Amino acid sequence: MNRFVKLAFGVGLALTLGVLAPRPASADVLLNALFMKQAAYSEDDIRNMTTAFEQANPGIKVNLEFVAYEALHDKIVAAQGAGGSGYDVVLYDVIWPAEFAKHGFLMDVTSRVPDSETAQVFDGAWSTVTYDGKRWGMPWILDTKYLFYNKDMLKRAGIAAPPKTWDELTAQAKILKDKGIVQYPIVWSWAQAEALICDYATLVAAYKGAFFDAGGKPVFDQDGALKAMQYMNDSLRDGLTNPNSREYLEEDVRRVFSNGDAAFALNWTYMYNMANDPKESKVAGQVELEPAPGVAGLTTASAVNGSMALGIPSNSQHADEAWKYISYITSQPVHNKYAQLSLPIWKSSYDDPTVAKGQESLIAAAKTSIALMFPRPSTVSYQELSAILQKRIQQVLLGQATAEDAMHQAVEDASRLR
Amino acid sequence: MFPMLAIMVTVTGYPLLSTIRLSFTDASLVGNAPMSWVGLENYIYAFTDPDFRDAFFRSLYFAFVSVGVEVILGVLVALLLNQEFFGRPFVRALVVLPWALPTIVNAMMWRLIFNPEFGSWNALLTQLHLIDAYRSWLGDPATVMNMVILADVWKNYPLVTLIVLAALQIIPPELYQAAAIDGAGAWRQFWKITFPEILGPLSVALMLRMIDAFKVFDIIYVMTRGGPADATKTVSFYVYQESFSYLRAGSGAAYAVLVGLVCGILIGLYLMILRRQEHS
Repeated sequence: MNRFVKLAFGVGLALTLGVLAPRPASADVLLNALFMKQAAYSEDDIRNMTTAFEQANPGIKVNLEFVAYEALHDKIVAAQGAGGSGYDVVLYDVIWPAEFAKHGFLMDVTSRVPDSETAQVFDGAWSTVTYDGKRWGMPWILDTKYLFYNKDMLKRAGIAAPPKTWDELTAQAKILKDKGIVQYPIVWSWAQAEALICDYATLVAAYKGAFFDAGGKPVFDQDGALKAMQYMNDSLRDGLTNPNSREYLEEDVRRVFSNGDAAFALNWTYMYNMANDPKESKVAGQVELEPAPGVAGLTTASAVNGSMALGIPSNSQHADEAWKYISYITSQPVHNKYAQLSLPIWKSSYDDPTVAKGQESLIAAAKTSIALMFPRPSTVSYQELSAILQKRIQQVLLGQATAEDAMHQAVEDASRLR
Repeated sequence: MFPMLAIMVTVTGYPLLSTIRLSFTDASLVGNAPMSWVGLENYIYAFTDPDFRDAFFRSLYFAFVSVGVEVILGVLVALLLNQEFFGRPFVRALVVLPWALPTIVNAMMWRLIFNPEFGSWNALLTQLHLIDAYRSWLGDPATVMNMVILADVWKNYPLVTLIVLAALQIIPPELYQAAAIDGAGAWRQFWKITFPEILGPLSVALMLRMIDAFKVFDIIYVMTRGGPADATKTVSFYVYQESFSYLRAGSGAAYAVLVGLVCGILIGLYLMILRRQEHS
């Protein structure tokens, strides 16, 4: 009896381990892919795309890993130090190619990209992977920030059309606040994170400002860039911006807006269908969007380039299979099929009625915004520059310094960059 | 003895020496850039960096306040749990729970508790009429560090409690009975009998927590990522950022060595306390 129990236990254990161990048959190639779990495609979307790829490509399995955007950069970098057992496919942000190319993190895939695709994909998307005249991956998420608004709240306030300029936004927000429709009409992602820089860059673009002048000197303390900072600060001081914005990331913005606690929000594409989904939102059906506003006499709309791309780390042992996977999930049919949370990189998709179905206003806004996408600086030390700006901008927003002083200090800090 | 020593040298000595060596170079964390010796440049940069100095004092503040509160709270709870009452074993088990939680889980939990819209901390204070309206606790530089400290205290005071409770249990009850007969009140009994008996173990707990608290990183990373406006950026976060976000392994190593030195001083104090206890 005792021996029987032992035997049964042993067999059971062996079976369990055999079933649980996630290893493919010996001939299979296992790709390790790193994605993020916020904004753009949902985890479910990515899993479905991947399953379809695996079915079409027997012999290749893809192991998916999802991390918060805030951890993505450091995760990619740390895996480089891990030698050959790192990732085969990584998702990376438009602001990193300079740094990654300099340190040789990514494979140059210029020769793998068919020439015919150059004209078919938006330039803004290509800029995500291009550095030093070479391509370091394939753009996958073509994204920018839009101005979302709550139709019902605007109607109740007697506002006929959403704002076309940032000053109109201020004026409309004031009406909404004065009429008591919402306590804080505008919500943003102003936590000490890259999300803050995306909102700031959108405003810098609207005011025709710049991060650096033609000679490469930082100019955050001048003209348009300073006005962008002042706009943010004023909107907070006037009580039009939700003060909690200073600790919010994109998902917090979506939650507050979907809860009916804001009339306006600046956020990425993915919020459109999520905030209109009754399962996710109390204001479903009331959510519309426009390109982010412009500034009278200067610009008609504004946008930041918030695109992301897929690349192959230079220490990957399976570059060919990785490229096959990247080509598949960046292909036009896949992009068209999953166009609800992230829009295609392919130009002709925007005239495809099946893509536009049910999200016509999103497609219309995208057509304007994508053409305007303003780049954040392409510099090797972008991470550090961003950290400087995050800190100084937050000092202004927290009332610790005036816009002039803080931005002047940011210029000083930036010139200390090594 | 020798195998043990060999293991120690490999897993502790080598990385330590390698970090010190790295701190005199301009090495990049990864990549193909050549590395060269820069002498004391990284250290000079660190000492002239006002942000690093601020981060240093933030770590000190965190360590002193959180450990201070943990010690007081830990002792009080230990005294309570040393009393006989119904359900004591259950409560004793419950007290350990926060300490057993992974820091990441604890930090995520407190983030939700401090949430400006639906956090229970706001609900509690509003219902007690201590504040008029919900507010942002982690977005305000005036409160944020103390909020993180609160989360850290909740998680770590049980360690102090456990150590002190163990010490309390070996104090002979006759001492208290004799003191009571002599007319000593509870307050006097505590200072004359209890406190001297628990002082040794307590100072061990205090030093261990101090060393740990000065190096604080994970709870900050999850709760605030150093924000707002760097208000919670501690030295360890600084080391992390320098090495992993900016890829400057050399300069990151220099910052790490400086943090290590402070911990070294604390460890020295700890050893002194241990030695004194052996003597007494």
